[in-house]
Formats: sequence, C-alpha cells, structure tokens
Amino acid sequence: MKTLIRYIIYFILIALVVFSLFPFFVLIINATRLHSEIQKGFSALPGLAFGQNLVKLMSNDNVPILRALFNSVFVSSMCAILTTYFSSMTAYGVYMYNFKGKNAALKTIMMIMMIPTQCSTLGFLKLLSAFGLIDTLAALYIPAIAAPVVFFYMYQAMQSTLPYSIVEAARIDGCHEVSIFNRIVLHMMKPAIAVQAIFSFVGSWNNYFVPALVISSKEKKTIPIMIAQLRSADYQKFDMGQVYMTICIAIVPLMIVYLCLSRFIIKGVSLGAVKE
Amino acid sequence: MASKKEEKKEKKSKKVDYNKWGYFFIAPFFIIFIVFSLIPLISTFVNSLYENYRVGLMTVGPDFIGLENFKSIFESDILRYIGNTALIWVAGFIPQIVVSLLLSIWFTSTDLKIRFQQFLKTVIYMPNLIMASAFAMLFFTLFSDNGPVNSILVKSGFFSENVRFLAEVGWTRTLIATMNFLMWYGNTTIMLMAGIMSIDTSIYEAARIDGANPVQTFFRITMPLLMPIFIYVLITSLIGGIQMFDVPQILTNGEGTPNRTSMTLIMYLNKHLASKNYGMAGAVSVVTFIITSVLSFSIYTTTMNKYRSMTGAKK
Repeated sequence: MKTLIRYIIYFILIALVVFSLFPFFVLIINATRLHSEIQKGFSALPGLAFGQNLVKLMSNDNVPILRALFNSVFVSSMCAILTTYFSSMTAYGVYMYNFKGKNAALKTIMMIMMIPTQCSTLGFLKLLSAFGLIDTLAALYIPAIAAPVVFFYMYQAMQSTLPYSIVEAARIDGCHEVSIFNRIVLHMMKPAIAVQAIFSFVGSWNNYFVPALVISSKEKKTIPIMIAQLRSADYQKFDMGQVYMTICIAIVPLMIVYLCLSRFIIKGVSLGAVKE
Repeated sequence: MASKKEEKKEKKSKKVDYNKWGYFFIAPFFIIFIVFSLIPLISTFVNSLYENYRVGLMTVGPDFIGLENFKSIFESDILRYIGNTALIWVAGFIPQIVVSLLLSIWFTSTDLKIRFQQFLKTVIYMPNLIMASAFAMLFFTLFSDNGPVNSILVKSGFFSENVRFLAEVGWTRTLIATMNFLMWYGNTTIMLMAGIMSIDTSIYEAARIDGANPVQTFFRITMPLLMPIFIYVLITSLIGGIQMFDVPQILTNGEGTPNRTSMTLIMYLNKHLASKNYGMAGAVSVVTFIITSVLSFSIYTTTMNKYRSMTGAKK
C-alpha cells in the first residue's frame, strides 16, 4: 500500500516537472530552427540554425535587441544596488536608534507595503513630466530607493543577525556612525543583501507596466517593451526563428544564473516566510 | 555615588546624541517615498475628481466635476473587468493552493522521504523568476493557430483539426490561469514548506501516539498551525491577482480578446493611462485601491479570528 502511494506521488511529481519544463523545452528547440522549419510543424529534435537566428536578430534594425539588453541590465543593476543599499540603511536606522517617531515610521512602511504601485502610477507619470524625467531610464530606478518589502526583510534579518554589542564596540573604537554602517553593518548583512539584490534585479528585469508607460523612444526601450512590441507587430510577417530567439534572450540568461544559485535563492524565499 | 550618577547622565546624553543619527539613516527612503509614491498617490486621488482627457491633440480640462468620473466608469464596463479578473484569479489560485499544499506535505513528510527534493524545488520554482511578458509571448506562440501545441495535438490524434485557442473565451482564460498557476505554485510550495517545517515535531508524535490518521493530522494540526503563513500567501496572491496585467496584456495584445472577456482591471487602467485619459484613469486607480484595502483587511480579520478560535490563543 505504502509503495503504491509512493509510486503515485512520484508519478504526479514527474508529471508536474514535465508540465513546468515543457514550454521552455519548446522555446529552446524552436530557437534553433529556421522560420521555414518551424512553419512545417513541431519536431522534438533541435535544428542547426541557432547561430543563424541570433545573427539575423542582431542585425534586425526594427528590433534593437542589444540596446534593449544593455538598458535592461543597466536599469536592473541600478535598482538592485539602490534598493539594497538604501533599504539596509533605513532598516539600520530603525533597528539601531531610538528616535522620536520611530514606531510611526515603522507603521507607515508596513502600510505602504499593501498599496499596489499601479494605484499611484497616474500621479507618478504626472510628476515625471513635471520634473522632465519622462522617457528617461532614471525614472525607472530612482524610485527603487524606497522599497518597503526589502526594508522589511532587512529589518528582520538584522533582528536575528546583528548584535548591538558589535556596533557599540565600534563606537568605543572611535568609528564614525556612517562608517560603522558602511564598513561593518553592510559587511555583516552580506547574505541577506545578496538575496534581496537578486530579487530586486529580477523584479526590475521583468517589470513591464511602468516602463511601458514611461519610455517611448526607441533607444531607451527595455526587453519587456521589446517583447510587447513583437506581439503588437503583424505576427504573421515575422520570422518565427527570430521571435523565439528574442524570448530566449529575455528568459535564458536569468535561468542560467538561477540554476547556478538556486539553492541560495530558494533558501532566501523561505526565510522571509518563517518569521512572518 | 555622585560620580556614578554623572556618568549615567553623560551616557544618557551621549545616547540621545547617537539616536539623532536615526533620522539621517531613514531620510533618503522617506524623501523618495514621499516624492515618488505618496504625492503621486494623493495626486491620483485628486485627479479622479477632475475632467481631464485628450482628443487628438486637444486637451480637455482639468475641470472639477466631482464624482462624474466614477459614474462613467461604472456605467461603462468596469464591473465586467473586475469579474474577469476575479474569475481568472480564482481559476489559477485554487489549483495553485491545492497542488502547493500537497507538495509541501509530501516534501516534508518523514514517512515518504521524497528523493531529488532539491531538483524538484529548483524546477517548480523556476517559472516564478521568468519575465511574465516573455512567458506570455511564449504561450502566445505555442498556442497560436499554427503553433507547436496544435501541431503536436493534431499529429498525435487528440484533435482532428487545429484549435483556435485564442479565439475562444474558455481557452484564453484557461491559458492565463495556467500561466499564473505555473508562475506561482513553486513559490507557494516553498512558503508552505517553511511553515510546516517550523511546526514542532513533538506535536505530530503526540498525535501519532493518540492514533490520529494522516487526514486528521492534516486538518487538526497542520492546517491550524499553518494559518498565519496561509493567510500571508492568500493575501499576497490576492493583491497580485488584482494587479494581474503582464500576462493577459501580452497574450491578447492589450485587447482582452475575444470580445474583452479577458480584460482585467489593470489592463483597463493601462488603456486610460496610455491614451492620457487622466480623469477616468484616476477613478479606476481609486477603485483598485479600495478593492485591495477592503479585501486584504477583511481576509486578514476573518481568518485570523477563525484561527484564534481554532487554537484558542489570545494573540
């Protein structure tokens, strides 16, 4: 009986794995095949045109994919750096010091966490045009300085891994408050910062709603906007090899990084949950 | 004695001195938050009360018109879009929570000792990090009229002719729900696993000695103790569901085809924002805000009350 249950469970697990991986399998197979081969119908064997598709896509002027790739990497890196640095700074401020209005500050941040960003997008767009920031990449990463979710995570991480005594010892040794944070706290919080840097990089890399409304010029578009552009173009006229290649570029680099760091990332996901 | 008191005083004054640094550390966050989130939020609310839209190159307004914008969005199809969003969310969430609960119980079970756990977790979590718009584009190509899925199904004899997945209401909604399911069940599984593993194992041992069967153990022990994380998952998924945008937007090219049956609330907002119809966009934002607050607050209070009465804890 028990072995039968085990077999059923393993069967379900294998089915789920196949179901989860199937779309990516087709994606990679089709990225290696020519347009004409794809049109003939699906085959499970990869083609030989991976390089050819890549070269064609790179030289396609309608889809400036390299530029978009650069923009996406730049914006996502800036987001990751700004979010983690300033959220750790805020978390340290709330954790370490007893100032007036500390509880109010903590409660405000918890409340903001619940508000969907879409609700304030209209005002955000108006503000950007007032500042002359509309259609700039800066508009995509400056707001990342205030990230309540990252703050909350860092605050919890500090409660469990940052003893007050270390900060006090540094003070006695004559270390300045700002350099205590930069040299000691940031160093000690490295694992938590790394987790949050990965998540904010991914979040910004995948972000579509706000960039699509902010960015309009061709040379500032990010990858998700490029994908949307592919979708709205006349689909039938497109070289399918290039379409699959574009999706590949949006998905595969991140997937490879994920596979290398998966143990670490999955641990990071569950860390936030237990302490809720 | 006196010197000690003095020392204490000095220490205290020094501490107050240090504490002022707190403001310095939290300042950047709050300045950016006020400028880029709070002021926009207020301005969105204010905008919802003004008539302000664009016809061709002409801008009409802004003129104060009170609640007229709300009247016109409710007279148009906003209720239908809220319905679409809710339906697609439920269709994705139910399989997500059922599969995640099963998986998390299997993975943590000491009887079953499932092997290759790290591999399985890696695979099921992967879609969560994938760009939703690229994932939707991938599904669009896979399920297009001459796409690979049709090719496979016809070749293997399941269907006699190509199915037009994206021209049928049921199929389009199912595809969106499936994508949401695929992207989130791994995340939910890991969350629930963390919750289950934090439950004290001696409770399970006690239950086993008392002769509880696995079903009883699940409903009487695991579920009540898992409630806080379960609520967290439910609320985050609900807020995510209200924000559903990337997947249906890319899959249907922003049209909510067929016949706007897969148009979600945020797609409607996006439409108004893109056409600079600011009055209406403001009204849709306010409605979204109210729905989010009411739903998450009511879920939190009702389930927490239930949880308290179940465990008898006074928290």
